[in-house]
Order: sequence, then structure tokens, then C-alpha cells
Amino acid sequence: MANSSQPSGIWKVITASSVGTLIEWYDFYIFGMLAKTISTQFFPETNSTAALLSTLAIFAAGFIVRPFGALVFGRLGDLIGRKYTFLLTLVLMGGSTFLIGCVPGYKTIGIAAPLLVLLLRLLQGLALGGEYGGAATYVAEHAPPGRRGYYTSWIQTTATLGLFVALGIILLVKQNMTDAAFNDEWGGWRYPFWISILLVIVSIYIRLKMEESPLFLKLKSEGKTSKNPLRDSFRNRSNFKMVLLALFGAVMGQGVIWYTGQFYAQSFLETKCSLDFEQSRTIMLWAIAFGTPFFLVFGWLSDKVGRKWIMLAGMLAGVFLYRPIFSEFLSDTNSKNWVQTKKMQFVNENASLSFHQGDSVVTTSARYKTEDGSEFTRVTTDTARSGTNIVSRISSNEAAVIIINKKVNPATYFKFIFLVWIMIVLVTMVYGPIAAFLVELFPTKIRYTSMSLPYHIGNGVFGGLVPFIGLLLSTTFPADPLVGLWYPIGVAALCFIIGAVYLNNKIDKNVND
Amino acid sequence: MNNLKKILGLVWMVVAPLVIITLVLGAITYIDSNGKKDINNPIIWIIIISIFTPIAIGLMIFGWYAFKDDYQKLPDSSIEITN
Repeated sequence: MANSSQPSGIWKVITASSVGTLIEWYDFYIFGMLAKTISTQFFPETNSTAALLSTLAIFAAGFIVRPFGALVFGRLGDLIGRKYTFLLTLVLMGGSTFLIGCVPGYKTIGIAAPLLVLLLRLLQGLALGGEYGGAATYVAEHAPPGRRGYYTSWIQTTATLGLFVALGIILLVKQNMTDAAFNDEWGGWRYPFWISILLVIVSIYIRLKMEESPLFLKLKSEGKTSKNPLRDSFRNRSNFKMVLLALFGAVMGQGVIWYTGQFYAQSFLETKCSLDFEQSRTIMLWAIAFGTPFFLVFGWLSDKVGRKWIMLAGMLAGVFLYRPIFSEFLSDTNSKNWVQTKKMQFVNENASLSFHQGDSVVTTSARYKTEDGSEFTRVTTDTARSGTNIVSRISSNEAAVIIINKKVNPATYFKFIFLVWIMIVLVTMVYGPIAAFLVELFPTKIRYTSMSLPYHIGNGVFGGLVPFIGLLLSTTFPADPLVGLWYPIGVAALCFIIGAVYLNNKIDKNVND
Repeated sequence: MNNLKKILGLVWMVVAPLVIITLVLGAITYIDSNGKKDINNPIIWIIIISIFTPIAIGLMIFGWYAFKDDYQKLPDSSIEITN
């Protein structure tokens, strides 16, 4: 049986797979992006159990449950078929996301709120672990030889487009209401969760109309499907060595490049550079919009020149470019330099009074603008001690002054879009060809299981650890603000060496076996 | 190239336990019940060390396979894997 589809058929397959996978990524991301509001609503720091559940929701979902989901659904996909398995993951993901948006806050139902949210978040992680392998396998098993890289690269756009849609919807909702209305118990932060159910219903409808993978059907009709995909994947030395090679020679490096370009960059702009929320988000949105077509470019190119060197070139470029790029972010948002080198203009000032243990605390926020259009807010705090006439001029201590909501001028803004775009292009280099690479590495009867586990360990664990190891390194070596980058640089370099030495650049023409 | 693959196999077998030792030392250094950062939180360290231990064992096995010449020639077709 040929594994190629008619041209119109393959596009239906790609659409059905990509839309669903995009929605799953969207669902998974919005939780992380709204983590601050979610933690206020469900995981108050004052309750130690809730704080513990919060930690589990953030870390266990990505690090443990995603790889576990890869095993559970990978096995199902190799036993009962790709179509029904990735339909199941979609229902699970969509349902969990919608329900997170429906759980009343901690104030209303107490500890049941964080427990329910934790459970639903773990279900999200489980579903995500099963989705990608199914979608990539499904498209690859329909794609004609010589076009597999190009067709599967459409699936590869979904993780980044899911991020784009999540960023866009949250920004849109936030722009149309006040911060108080957004952060309220039943406020605007819930809308992105509710919107998910509409997207999922459409996607389920599309997927239900699709046929099962022709290669899987052929195996099934011949009675050649695996009876025990987990054993055949991980206890068969010939296959297990390929699982290890996929993980350490490709997916591990891809995970850190993927995470650093898309998430660490945004977090760095917001926390280390103190860039204004809207500006940092729109920088990401523009960079993603201009960068996403390159998934298709590199997927297509990998059909011509092989997958290996495109992916490894992306990793190597990350090794050499990350520190210079992030260093530019820091130096261009250094407001001390702005004050010393540019004319400053006072814009406005707000003061608020609060009380802390009987003392009066005055917080003053003054907005300044430079002659070339950059802006920042200087926050100072003065305390009037209770029962005395002493005012502690904390603001006179420069170390206690906080600079927030920086807005860079238009020239720097476009430069930042360009720099983030470069990092997104690196993501497209490592991520664009990888679905085809993984599919070609494993036999049809255990493909779903064998490719899902290394993918989710690479992406979820190695990628997901970027912020934690970054924090660990910056705490250990506080003098260097870029020290956190040594983790993705080190992992990408290690993966480059393993990939360069052990992988071959062969394109498998036949994935029917 | 084949010799390089073999020699590097030994390197991966050494690197794997070093990663775990580094993580355990990190946990011992930074776990602090009074700390507010993620690196002070024992639960996170338990999760990370639990998930990284099998990965490091995987790297050791990868090194062992490389040392035993399993990667001298990669399979040309899936039949070589399934048989």
C-alpha cells in the first residue's frame, strides 16, 4: 500500500492534525502565561498545602506527566491506531482546559480549588504527552516519500503558532478591560480557557471525519501490529539504542533551543530587562509571525539535503549567538545608561499611601521619557515610622529604587524583534525537520511509542528546566546576569557533538516498514 | 570516526553520574525551608532528581552501547530493528 495521499487528501490530513495540535499547545500555554493570576486565585501563598499543590501543578505536569502521557498514549496509538488516540488526547486536553476556567476560586471553595486545578493540569500534561507523536506520525504516514519533511513541518508550526494564539488572545482580552476586571475571581483571565472549548469542538469535528493512517491499517489487516509496544520499544536493544540516539543526539538540544528562543527570551525581557508587558509580548508576537514560515522552509530543505545538519546547525548557532543576543537586550534596556547619556523628560507622577504594622508607607511612581522616546517608571518608597516623626527616606538609597515598565524607543523595539526573530529562526531549524527525522528512525508498529518518549523528555524536561537551572546558576554565580544561558548552551553543545558523531544524514525513503 | 564513537562512549558513561552528583549537591546546598525561590523548594528538587536519574542512566547505557560498537553502523531499514 502506498503511503502517499492525493494532494487534496494530504492537506485535509495536515489541517486536521495541525489544528488539533495547535489547540493543545494553546491550552497548555495559557496556564503558564496566566500563572500569576491563577496562583492568586487558586494557590494562595498563605496556605502551605496550596503552595505545595502549586509547585506540583507547575513542575510535575511538565516533567513527569508529559513523558508518562507519551508512554500511555504512544502505546495506545500503536495498539488501537493513531486516529482514535489523538482524538482522545484532544478531548482530554480541551475538557481539562475548559474545566480549569470553570473551577471557583480558593476564596469560594477552599482547598478543593487548588486540588481540582492540579488534577486538571496533570490531565493537560498527560494529553499533551500523547498528542504530538500521534499528529506527527499520522501526517508522516500519509506523506509521499521525498516530501515528508515539508508536510510534517506544518505540524511543527503548531507549537509556535499555539504560543502566538495564546499570547494574542490574552493580550486582546487584557487590552479590553481593567487589570482589576481581568484578575477578578470570575474575571477576564478565564476567557482564554473558555474559548478553548469552541476550538476543540471544531477540531474534534474535523478529526472525526478523517481516516486511520494507511500504514497502520495495513499492519492491522496483516496482524502485524505490536502486542506490547512498550516492550518492543524499550526492551529491544536495536530499537532502544535508536531511542537513546534520538534523545541525546537530537531532541535534547532541540528542547533547549526551542525553550530559550520562545520562552526564556520573553521571561528575560520581562524580568531581567523590566520591559513593559505589552511591549515584550508584541516583540514576541512579531518575531513569531515573521519566523514561523521558516518551519516550512527548513522542513522542505530537509527533504533535499537531509535532516541532520540543519538541526545541528541550529544548535551550533544557538551556542554562539545566545550570549551576544541576550547581552544586547541587557545593554539596550539599561536605564542607568539612559539617564547618564540622554536628556530626560518628566512625564507624570503617582503616589499611593498604605499602612504596614502601623507605619505609613508612601510609594511614588514617577514616569520619565528620554529624548529618543524610551520610557521608564521609577518607584520609590518612603516610610513614616509609627509614633515618631522619622521618615525613612528609602528612596535616597539607589539600591532600593525599582525601575519598572521600561519602554524602549522604536529603533530598539525593531532591533529586539529582529534579535528574537533570529532565535525563532534557530527554533525553526532544530524543530522544523525533527518530526520527519523521528518518524524515519522507528518502525511503523512501535513508531508512536518510540518517538513520543524522547520528544517529550527533550522538550518537556530538558527544555522545561531552562528557567530552573537558569535560576540555580544565577544564584550560584550572581556576578554574571547571563550565567543562566550556560545551561541551554551546554546542552545544545553536547547534543551537537553527539549528533555530529553518531547520527547519519540519511533520509529514509520508506517508512512503510 | 569509529574509534571516536567508542572513546566518547566512555565519556558519556562518566558524564552521566556526574550530572546526578551535581544535582544532588545542588539540592543539598540550596534546599532551605526559609527560602522563597524555586531552588529552595525540596519538592522541586525531588521531582527533578527523580526524572533526571533515569535520563542519566539512559546516557550511561548510550555510552555503553557506543563503547560496544552498537553505533558503528545505524540500521538501513526497520527490519534490522524489529528482527
